[in-house]
Amino acid sequence: MADLSPIDSEDVVIDIRNLVFARGGRRLFDGVDVSVRRGEVVAIMGPSGTGKTTLLRLIGGQLRAAGGQVDVAGEPVGSLSRRALYRLRRRMGVLFQSGALFTDLTCYENVAFPLREHTELPEAIIRHVVLMKLEAVGLRGARDLYPAELSGGMARRVSLARALALDPEIILYDEPFAGQDPISMGALMQLIRQLNDALGLTSVVVSHDVDEALSIADRAYVISGGRVIAAGTPAELRASDSDWVRQFLNALPDGPVPFHYPAAAMADDLRAGPKP
Amino acid sequence: MTAWLQTLGASTLASLATLGRSVQFLVRVAGGLDELARRPSLLVQQMHAVGVLTLVIIMVSGVFVGMVLALQGYYTLVDFGAEQSLGVLVALSLTRELGPVVTALLFAGRAGSSLTAEIGLMKATEQLAGMEMMAVDPERRVIAPRLLAALLSLPLLAAIFTLLGILGAYLVGTAMLGIDGGSFWSQMQAQVSFADDILNGMIKSVLFGLVAGWIAVFNGYDCMPTSHGVSRATTRTVVMTSLVVLGLDFVLTALMFD
Amino acid sequence: MNNPRSIEMAVGAFVAAGLAALFVLAMQVSNITAFQRTEGYTVVGYFQNVGGLRERAPVRLSGVQIGRVSAIRLDQQRLEARVEVTIDAAYDDLPSDTAASIRTSGLLGEQYVSLEPGGMPDALGQGDEFMLTQSALVLEDIVGQFLYEQSGGGGSD
Repeated sequence: MADLSPIDSEDVVIDIRNLVFARGGRRLFDGVDVSVRRGEVVAIMGPSGTGKTTLLRLIGGQLRAAGGQVDVAGEPVGSLSRRALYRLRRRMGVLFQSGALFTDLTCYENVAFPLREHTELPEAIIRHVVLMKLEAVGLRGARDLYPAELSGGMARRVSLARALALDPEIILYDEPFAGQDPISMGALMQLIRQLNDALGLTSVVVSHDVDEALSIADRAYVISGGRVIAAGTPAELRASDSDWVRQFLNALPDGPVPFHYPAAAMADDLRAGPKP
Repeated sequence: MTAWLQTLGASTLASLATLGRSVQFLVRVAGGLDELARRPSLLVQQMHAVGVLTLVIIMVSGVFVGMVLALQGYYTLVDFGAEQSLGVLVALSLTRELGPVVTALLFAGRAGSSLTAEIGLMKATEQLAGMEMMAVDPERRVIAPRLLAALLSLPLLAAIFTLLGILGAYLVGTAMLGIDGGSFWSQMQAQVSFADDILNGMIKSVLFGLVAGWIAVFNGYDCMPTSHGVSRATTRTVVMTSLVVLGLDFVLTALMFD
Repeated sequence: MNNPRSIEMAVGAFVAAGLAALFVLAMQVSNITAFQRTEGYTVVGYFQNVGGLRERAPVRLSGVQIGRVSAIRLDQQRLEARVEVTIDAAYDDLPSDTAASIRTSGLLGEQYVSLEPGGMPDALGQGDEFMLTQSALVLEDIVGQFLYEQSGGGGSD
């Protein structure tokens, strides 16, 4: 594992220490440490099924850890009261993989939703804010469309505008690049980086798209088997001599992560015949 | 044998766990009803989806159920020379039993299933999770107005169903069967009691509204967030609501009309 | 129908229709109107047998309904049925020797209390008693009496 430079604790926005989380008898996380400093874009990578989305839910307080500590903005997410948790969530934005737009509302109303729920702003100001956020993601012209009329990439951008509506400090991205064509992939990459720098956000990007994630991240973590197996800047990761990291970064089909799901030997399986 | 016992035990425990979750859920949602006092527009929207859109099927069914009751009742009553009591027969059947029960069954099919499917799909497409992460409690914002709308709509629908049923019976009775309209109403008024029959029927339909709404929103909220899970939850809503309404109706009838 | 105003109107119309239906049920279908007419005075009658008379059965004079049976109890001293009828306050001038009998409308219809006015000048009032009462005709008794007269009664002639 690459050495992390000593972190000034004042600057750490998300601090995960020794996280343990199990689901269905399987230990998804077994002592994970992640820390994210203010203003950074941090990528969390790993093969599918390693619980990257679960990690976001733990940060957002939708799931509670079985052990260890998850601190966000200095508050222990796992032990907050419901009220305090909801207050904390107002300072976070989440971009879900599916976009999670409300299908019965237009783009405009989707972006206006958090404003209407949490503020008593007059309609004129809501309109200004919504149009500004939609402009930031380049979809001001699509404001009257329903989510079903948007492409996947556009839906994600609208969802991003909605996540930004309340001017959060932290944004969590769940697989923002999955299933995108190169153009909208490029647009999203640029948006994530630019919004982070322009608005002074802190971003966590969970992804298995290695090249895209590494090209915008300041630092990255690679998680597998419930542990952080590599961490550091993109350059450090690319220079890593670990077999595992090389397999993951270079997309080799077989290696420390086996191509085959664990099973009995093929010959035994064939000989056994159908189960009674 | 032991495997059978084990299956029985496991499914009993699972059912009890579901029941427990649903009660906890109901309590939490009831705690979120105060939000609706602040924002009645949420309730109005759901009253539209749950009540107004169910109105047509309720009205048509009400008229037809009343007309059929009149025909069948007439052929039985005429043998005893008591065909003038047709109004009483129809009114008592509708106010006490058929109004609340048939309305609740139709409601489960029309409104309950769509509530479950809507909430289940919102869960499957992460809309509920998204709402939570926007610091909006879906139990208050999504569930509570739907539950209250069901609770309020069902008694209104049942009243409309009952009245239209009686009018349908009146039409058939006077136009087809030659019953005197005056005695149709006067016998009815003499025999039907507001407190015993109409009020008890209304109490039934309020309870059915609670049960139908509760089952519908809980199944949606508790479903597996997959297309298979949503379809199973929708079916379960209709089946469970029908069974619970019929069972509850028997208990209530035994308690109310002893 | 996504316009909030038309939704509000539709819901308003729905609620109004539901409440109106309930109102019509109360006024037109049930006897809630009769409830309001219970302002009246109560007269008591003692009957040997009330037959199938039930509470809320009509009280009629010359076939016109003027009140309702409000209570039926057994009087333990007299071992007779004590029937309270509530007569509408509008009919406040019934002679005090009015007689009450329990009759059946039609052969199988419901039973009601029929009043026959007497000739006394003073009127019935709250808490008064019918001096003359006639019990319900019980079909079995009549048939039994008829059979008895056919066999035993015929022989004594």
